[in-house]
Amino acid sequence: MANILVLAETSGDSVKSVTFEILGKLDGHTVDVAIVGDMGANAVADVAKYGAANVHNLKGDNLDKYSPEGYANALKEFIGDKYDLVFAGATSLAKDLVPRLSAMFDSGMASEVTNFVMDGDNFNGTRPLYAGKVLAKVELAGPKPGFVTVRPNALGLPDTPNAGAGAANDVAASAGEIRAAIKEIVKGASEKVDLTEANIIVSGGRAMKNAENFKILDELAEVLGATVGASRAAVDSGYAPHAMQVGQTGKTVAPSLYIACGISGAIQHLAGMRTSKVIVAINTDPDAPIFTKADYGIVGDLFQIVPILKEELKKIM
Amino acid sequence: MNIFVCIKQVPDTETKVTPNGDGSYIETNSIKWIMNPYDEFAVEQALLTKAANSGSTVTVVRVGGVKDTEALRNALAMGADEAILVEAGDNLDSYMTAKALKGAIEKSGKTPDVIFTGKQAIDDDCLQVPQILATMLNMPSVSVVVGCEQDGSKYTLKREIEGGALEVYEVNSPAVIACNKGLNSPRYASLPGIMKAKRKPLAQHSLADVGVTEADARVKYSNFQLPPEKPPGKKFDAMDEAAQAGVVAEVVKLLREEAKVI
Repeated sequence: MANILVLAETSGDSVKSVTFEILGKLDGHTVDVAIVGDMGANAVADVAKYGAANVHNLKGDNLDKYSPEGYANALKEFIGDKYDLVFAGATSLAKDLVPRLSAMFDSGMASEVTNFVMDGDNFNGTRPLYAGKVLAKVELAGPKPGFVTVRPNALGLPDTPNAGAGAANDVAASAGEIRAAIKEIVKGASEKVDLTEANIIVSGGRAMKNAENFKILDELAEVLGATVGASRAAVDSGYAPHAMQVGQTGKTVAPSLYIACGISGAIQHLAGMRTSKVIVAINTDPDAPIFTKADYGIVGDLFQIVPILKEELKKIM
Repeated sequence: MNIFVCIKQVPDTETKVTPNGDGSYIETNSIKWIMNPYDEFAVEQALLTKAANSGSTVTVVRVGGVKDTEALRNALAMGADEAILVEAGDNLDSYMTAKALKGAIEKSGKTPDVIFTGKQAIDDDCLQVPQILATMLNMPSVSVVVGCEQDGSKYTLKREIEGGALEVYEVNSPAVIACNKGLNSPRYASLPGIMKAKRKPLAQHSLADVGVTEADARVKYSNFQLPPEKPPGKKFDAMDEAAQAGVVAEVVKLLREEAKVI
């Protein structure tokens, strides 16, 4: 049976949900979890609940905060020849880190798979290409371990997870030489969950008319616990920063609910959000392409509909 | 300074992409190819760096199909000095691509001081090549860069992370810098630039010339298919103000009871 490692990531004291999604999908396999740093006892109990056999905390000098080389060096040494496959959530840290690890092992990496099965010891994944315009099967070749990142929200959480032993283990690790080091972190405009990990997204398009009008989307998002996104048209018009852009030259997202406000639905935007589980579209043009992807379409003026929607949701949320 | 830029040629974002006959790749006949949009920021940053460091040259490298060399010509027209093309399929995996880029850079005989790339290609969306290339070349690298300041051999780089937050890195050259939208405003090629580009050197190599073989394949794709179409949804007319409250209440009820997402 394949030896599998899942690289966990925490946000504050809690483990990111995508880690649980991966563990749940690997039910039936013996899976270890590793994290650079120290996963608190509660977090260890959480990953154990989803099936982690062993939880390895990699600790050492200069590993208290992220650096691409420090994390890669520490994990390279720890992984050694112990694992056949290494999984991680496709977070902004893992997207930076995991390709470096795959290169250190001269092995292959499948980026942002949205589903996979284990065919015996072999990984057999599905991933979107061209921002989701097509899907393809992806397999790995070359030396072990193979590396895989999984798109957050794509697998979903298991209904009834099977617990693992969750034996916590400290590993002395070395960061090695760090040539690219973080001097400071500048906070973003939003303290909310990132678009790529958000469970609900409220997005605005060109019809928002200006940056100030995004306030009504912020208010709706507040009620829903959602993150606010924008179309390329809105970003290129200067209504929203690029960090908020959903679509082929922005972020590809898979929330459980996507509310598109005043977005016509250009092909590159649809590609980036079509895997959302439920899509609501609000647009004055009944023929807008966005309605072809919407589960619930409201033909109307977003400036009238959104405030009513906010009040209606307030009643039940 | 020897400045390198690695670019890719990809289908235009407005292209309707469809699988080919046997599902082994996409149908490429009617595709309009463009320079990967993120690579435009890399080319622009290379040209800005050249302008700030006299005596520098910008070499642009691409691995991919040779039928259309629009992306390389565009980079030359924007102001790059020379180009290298490694002939390969447009669906080479990240490991092979990085190895081919490394081989082409080494074959140029120039030692790179800095290598700019786009943060990801918008065709396979892997976001791997810059980091793999840096590892292979034993250089530090920073990805998803939206701010770049150079002071001699020291670069201060801003990397965008979750929620638009920024990690500020300091790194000494040589380094690989993977550029994101927002870093700069890429220039358009001028007419004289386009004319001049035709006379600029464009070296061409095979994969074998740069030391890449089939044994370097690490990722195998198959079974390209269109994503499943959703069944048509429900559409409500709320143009009339009198209907709006009822429609919104109905949709909220459906979200809760039918879709169960709130």
